[in-house]
Amino acid sequence: METPLFTYTLRLADNALILGHRLSEWVGHAPVPEEDLALANMGLDLIGQARALYTYAGEVEGRGRDEDALAYLREVGGYRNVLLVEQPNGDFAHTIVRQLLFAAFAHPFFEALARAQDATLAAVAAKAVKELAYHLRHSAEWTIRLGDGTPESHRRTQTALDDLWAFTGELFETDQVERALIDRGIAVDPAALRTRFERRLDEVLAEATLARPAGGFTQSGGRAGRHSEHLGYILSELQYLQRAYPGAKW
Amino acid sequence: MTEKNIPLWEVFIRSRTGLAHRHAGSVHAADAEMALQNARDVYTRRGEGLSIWVVPSHVITASDPADRDSLFEPTASKIYRHPSFYDVPEEVGHM
Repeated sequence: METPLFTYTLRLADNALILGHRLSEWVGHAPVPEEDLALANMGLDLIGQARALYTYAGEVEGRGRDEDALAYLREVGGYRNVLLVEQPNGDFAHTIVRQLLFAAFAHPFFEALARAQDATLAAVAAKAVKELAYHLRHSAEWTIRLGDGTPESHRRTQTALDDLWAFTGELFETDQVERALIDRGIAVDPAALRTRFERRLDEVLAEATLARPAGGFTQSGGRAGRHSEHLGYILSELQYLQRAYPGAKW
Repeated sequence: MTEKNIPLWEVFIRSRTGLAHRHAGSVHAADAEMALQNARDVYTRRGEGLSIWVVPSHVITASDPADRDSLFEPTASKIYRHPSFYDVPEEVGHM
């Protein structure tokens, strides 16, 4: 039986690891070397957050699992990340819009978590909030330039926004795991962040001459372990070495 | 990708308070804000920076290498201009 604190910490860790892995897929493929480094830097920020969170989740669980056991030895259904972060990189616009949507949520989220009651989560959040501030700045500036750029960059960026919008609703969902922790001041109530998320996003989209898709359909399930087919491919690459050579170190 | 679409910027980094910005290298970027972000991502990954300047490369006026003899050669014989004939007190710090 998982405790709410374990599940909550695991969800945050999985978000960070999977998005960090997605960004790492760009290494060597970005449009220019400067952006190759920028995407890798953001990926490393996220993987650093994931490491701290997995270590803490393992301590909370108390069954001797360390960060590697949690990252490399769980099945697809055991992953609790939101569906947004496992979406494919697509073209550069998809990657940037995915980063913008995640950062516009995660930046105020970590600000709030840094003031929450759990000392370890608050400490991880205090570090992450500075990193997410940069992710938000970088992805927002790119979104503005792509949206307000050429007809083709505008079209691709609007398409990315339309494709990914359905995954934003899940960021603000809560279930009984969170509600138990929110009542104790340990977890952040994401619903309270939605206005800030939308206001920040609208500022960027207005400057980028992009239209925010109407609300409507929300795709969710990742936090309960119901994933798109993409996550299996991510894990097969991410976990290959530890599965093929258990306990390998380098 | 052409220089016209994505111009070159020179990057200057100040590593510690009190020191001058030093030339670190260059980046390509569409405009000043992106140049600043690219400079941050390329040149401050190992904690090098406290402050960044970016300057469009095209606004830098450089001396012509062909003028080297007339510009720089005459100073070679003026060793008395070097501050090597007295000791700088340690308290002065960085000059």
